[in-house]
Amino acid sequence: MPFAVTVHVELRPGIADPQGATIERSLPALGFGGVEGVRVGKLLRFTVDAIDEAAARAEVDDMCARFLTNPVIEDATVIIEALP
Amino acid sequence: MSARVGIVLFPGTNCELDVTEAIGSIGGESRILWHGDADLSGVDAIVIPGGFAHGDYLRPGAIARFSPVMTAVSEFAANGGPVIGICNGFQVLTESGLLPGALQKNAGLKFRCGMARIRVASTRSALTRSATVGDVLSIPINHFEGNYTCDDRTLALLRDEDRIAFSYVDNPNGSTGDIAGISNEAGNVVGLMPHPERACNPLLGSDDGRVLLTSLVGSARAAAV
Repeated sequence: MPFAVTVHVELRPGIADPQGATIERSLPALGFGGVEGVRVGKLLRFTVDAIDEAAARAEVDDMCARFLTNPVIEDATVIIEALP
Repeated sequence: MSARVGIVLFPGTNCELDVTEAIGSIGGESRILWHGDADLSGVDAIVIPGGFAHGDYLRPGAIARFSPVMTAVSEFAANGGPVIGICNGFQVLTESGLLPGALQKNAGLKFRCGMARIRVASTRSALTRSATVGDVLSIPINHFEGNYTCDDRTLALLRDEDRIAFSYVDNPNGSTGDIAGISNEAGNVVGLMPHPERACNPLLGSDDGRVLLTSLVGSARAAAV
């Protein structure tokens, strides 16, 4: 059965984020004050076909570990929803 | 005995001819190895040159590590063969797990293009065996994702095992520990962001890269014997 998958890839806590830091420094120049802790990640969306949700999750976890993230610096959060 | 250096060509690699020219200029022989071939054609050393392998999609080096040639390169490295990754090649080696750590976007999100001064920090690597510890070399850099990142434990390990091959005199990209290049434990696999092949003729502003490529060709000859 098909599942909709959303993978959020974020830099691991403690890993410096040059993009987040640059955005954070730029915001006050545009008049946005009080913003702290900007972190930039990426979002991947796709569908996967599997026998059940656990199988889909195992497949996506493996993808994340081997390809979609660099585990040295990134973590992934996976959301899986069954499609009708 | 003559030794040959194999230069890996991925779609998007753009420094393979510079490396060919530079190795030729110091009397070495080389040949290009297509990434889709799992055969290394009996070469005695490997260079993974700079560029944008597979367009750098997802992350630099993330797709290149799955090219057929990389299985052969990993095996070659495990058997002690010299493997050098320059710039994008360094990113390919970290993504492949042949070297620890990762290369992030430069601090300040600045693309860095210019001459960098790097200090030789160890001569136990295949790329520095003919150099002298403390030598300061002028070698060009040209990258956006050269900010070497690793955890404290890895940094301590790199220091304890004398695996930091080069450090920046003036850190241009935010790299942890001012690291410009590292080696694996055995010293045969080396990655660095600066481009020694672009510093092999005084007409180009520096020939400080020659000592590094001479080390590489020497390592290839040693491996060939």
